[in-house]
Amino acid sequence: MSILPRKRAEELAKKMREISVAEFFEKNKQILGFDSLQKSMVIAVKEAVDNSLDACEEAGILPDILVEIKKEKGRDEYKIVVEDNGPGIVRKKVPLVFGKLLYGSRFHAMKQSRGQQGIGISAVVLYAQLTTGNPAVIITKTESDYTAYKTILRIDTRKNEPIVISQEPHIWNKPHGTRVEVIIKGRYARGKQSVYEYLQNTAIVNPHARITLIEPDGKKTIFERAVEILPQVPKEIKPHPHGIELGDLMRLAKESSAKTVENFLARDFSRISPRKAKEICKSAGIDCSKKPSDLTLKEGKKLLEVFQKTKFMPPPTDCLSPIGEKLIKKGLKNVLGNLRPSFYAQPVTREPKVYGGNPFIVEAGLVYGGDLPSDSQVKILRYANRIPLLYQQGSCAITKAVESIDWRRYGLEQRGGKGIPVGPAIILVHIASTRIPYTSEAKEAIAEIPEIVSEIRNALQKCGRDLRMHIAKNRRKSKVSEKFQIVQKILPEIARKSAEILDRPVPSLERVIAKVMNVVWIDESFEKKGNEIRIKTKIVNYTDRKREFKLYADVPLGKIINANPPGEIREDDVVVWDVSVQPYETENYEIILTNASNYSETTYYVEGINPVMVIGAEPLPGDWDIKTLEIIEEESEEEEEKEEEEIYEEEEV
Amino acid sequence: MSEEVLNSLRKIAEKIYEDIEKGEIPSISLPSRTKKNIVFDPYSCVWKYGDSKIVRSAKKLSGAYMLLRTMYVIDFIKEMLEKNKSSTLREMYYISEGWGLAKFHSQDESNKLAEDLEIITKMLREDFHLRPEEDGASIIGNITIEETTRKGDKRKINCRDDVGDAGYSIPYYVEKDKLRFVDCDADFVIAIETGGMFDRLVENGFDEKARAILVHLKGQPARSTRRLLKRLNEELGLPVVVFTDGDPWSFRIFASIAYGAIKTAHISEYLATPTAEFIGITPSDIVNYDLPTDKLTDRDIAALKAELEDPRFQTEFWRNEINLMLEIKKKAEQQALAKYGLDYVTDVYLPEKLTQMGILR
Repeated sequence: MSILPRKRAEELAKKMREISVAEFFEKNKQILGFDSLQKSMVIAVKEAVDNSLDACEEAGILPDILVEIKKEKGRDEYKIVVEDNGPGIVRKKVPLVFGKLLYGSRFHAMKQSRGQQGIGISAVVLYAQLTTGNPAVIITKTESDYTAYKTILRIDTRKNEPIVISQEPHIWNKPHGTRVEVIIKGRYARGKQSVYEYLQNTAIVNPHARITLIEPDGKKTIFERAVEILPQVPKEIKPHPHGIELGDLMRLAKESSAKTVENFLARDFSRISPRKAKEICKSAGIDCSKKPSDLTLKEGKKLLEVFQKTKFMPPPTDCLSPIGEKLIKKGLKNVLGNLRPSFYAQPVTREPKVYGGNPFIVEAGLVYGGDLPSDSQVKILRYANRIPLLYQQGSCAITKAVESIDWRRYGLEQRGGKGIPVGPAIILVHIASTRIPYTSEAKEAIAEIPEIVSEIRNALQKCGRDLRMHIAKNRRKSKVSEKFQIVQKILPEIARKSAEILDRPVPSLERVIAKVMNVVWIDESFEKKGNEIRIKTKIVNYTDRKREFKLYADVPLGKIINANPPGEIREDDVVVWDVSVQPYETENYEIILTNASNYSETTYYVEGINPVMVIGAEPLPGDWDIKTLEIIEEESEEEEEKEEEEIYEEEEV
Repeated sequence: MSEEVLNSLRKIAEKIYEDIEKGEIPSISLPSRTKKNIVFDPYSCVWKYGDSKIVRSAKKLSGAYMLLRTMYVIDFIKEMLEKNKSSTLREMYYISEGWGLAKFHSQDESNKLAEDLEIITKMLREDFHLRPEEDGASIIGNITIEETTRKGDKRKINCRDDVGDAGYSIPYYVEKDKLRFVDCDADFVIAIETGGMFDRLVENGFDEKARAILVHLKGQPARSTRRLLKRLNEELGLPVVVFTDGDPWSFRIFASIAYGAIKTAHISEYLATPTAEFIGITPSDIVNYDLPTDKLTDRDIAALKAELEDPRFQTEFWRNEINLMLEIKKKAEQQALAKYGLDYVTDVYLPEKLTQMGILR
């Protein structure tokens, strides 16, 4: 369940003993995120949805979540319903989970979780109670229960205890799941920083979830599930000595079941061996056999100093659960598909790194073209542990990293090579960590930790290089289609007309066409015949020299049963031909496939020819990432003829 | 004559045809028609195209289109010459509607191509039987001309006594075989940009008072207007002064009269009047006469900056004036002089300026 960060939770709890929860809440609404009506709406949905996602994943269930928002009679009053197919909550625990602030057991769990980000669903219940006076309604059923239970509860704001108004069996046709209903004061809007945006962005990085939104006007949007695989459940790790602060250390010591400080260090921390524990105690001047709960603040400070001076192995990083390159692409395609982007850069999942004793992983993706607006700033999708960050974009490390890159090199517009670039693109950055370093308690922006910024930059630059390749390729494509227009339409006309003026026979265009085109053109067509697909590959040599190269045809699916001419078939799905084609000549090849009813197109690769000369095939992978880039850039610098320049407005005829 | 014209046009088609025959990408090269390629010719004292060339080749889409259009225009001219017809530039533009891919998309495009052909063949568009529309520029003053009309009659016209208030309308063709100067009793020619100011000078009788020939330019002057100014200057020895609005576009009007226009730099020798002088409105006038003004627009500022890089404006006078205008960020119309009354321009402003120039004594 959602929890507050340890330190602040303690503070809150302490204060709560003295003042009423309601009073505290009223005073700290801003910190808790309820600082505007529209934001309150988003926060309320977010808390419930995050809980649902966490619960489903932990139970190994593919999440299916319904969010419904209905306008109530009162001014600015809305009912929020969030229903999931999660494991359900044991009936007895319902009042604690929903009716007691800060209920949750794992304050010091070092684990990548959504919960780390939130304020807890009980805060939403309290907010509802304070703004509209309505209790929360929770319906939940676990698989082992015969029936669901409906609980209506409110919070005793003086004691921070749940008051159960009623709890009774309820007929619910779900095998398991939880449904929460609260009525809050809020404002519903679409667009930026809205419930819609939050769910959409959530759907992108949670392609295993199906999320349905019903808006107050009845409009229903389903963010469909794109994959049937649950993300790997992150592992919990012990704190690393370089990542701990004094308060945490003191509390850990107090709560430790270890008998001695030495034992406490070796057992409750990662990367401290018993031998090292002994050494640390010695250099800190602490008696090894002292009870950890007897540690004084001074001794704690001393321990931290020694921690900082001592070398440890970095913390284990296998506790993180990145989204993964494949799923980022799937998620982006799934949710942004209606914008028909023309290009999805290969997403990047970096190797885990460590900052201040905390492991983290940076992931990035980039989408380009299509219906995305080309005259506005690039949209940045920021995520921390799979949670979309909607607020404080300007002060976030992700934004800062984006701004620090010269995107002009990668084909986006950017004034002075700094700032958020302009162009038809969306950039996605996800940071997974056992502890996300936020800039403030509002947990809306990630702090500029140098290690993190540098990782984000690396990931984005990789996406940028991909984008540059794509743009260069497109430029080549349009250049080629221009050339086709010249040779197929205009040149024949020029030849015909000049011959007409001179009263001579129309000259042959063959050699001129080769000179204008100067490419080898590879193109395919295919036809279906029953279970078979025949792929016809045409190779036209529009150059004035004989061309010889190896052509690899990599079919996406199915089984190759024949190729003509035979060529060499590798692993059922690649044919390799030795091609030799005379100037101005065409060669035809054919592949026969079975079991490929969804066939769309084959990927061709060439080897032994300058890939810039070839249209319709890629250079054979290998070190191609570097090589072709050089070639493409060289090419673009070539032959910029003197074109007719600016217009200088002047006299008439 | 028309055989010579045909031959020179045929040569262009031949070049293209032979490029294709040889297996070369067809191309035509011609002088770059930009302000960067304008050089001063000390013999004729006008600005002409320099040595910088552009290549129009079928390697690029735009070049290929231009070559195709060139072929069509040549064929069209050939037909007109053979049938002894002529057409206006605008008519040619409309005729291109039927040329399929070679169709022009604006009249600027077709006008420009006609000029290109003049440059390549060293002929004039009249030789191609292409003519502009009448543009309505006119003259008032004590000069008698003899015009050969379309019926072949010769008609003598005094541009003060035989014309209405709008003056004598300048035909599009003003060579000697069409227009001859018979008699003239004037001391100088004043070319005026706007109709409003032309009318003011006419109403105030400035032509008689100052013994001037008034020429209404109608904005950017047509070729025939500039040609006529040059003939008045060279054949009758009359000084030419140019009176325009005080804005960057008007400076270009003056430049095209005195120095030669960029678009027609291939025939500057034939169109430009190197001794023509600029009366105003100068930016200094705006300051000295404290004229009502408008703010410069962004386009105006860009135009002024372009002029600072225009080789024709590289004189101390123009640099100072242009920089002054950039500094005060203001422009003024000719008619702003009316601030001081309707007669101010003819009684005070022009006499003062003309005396400074040594034209009035």
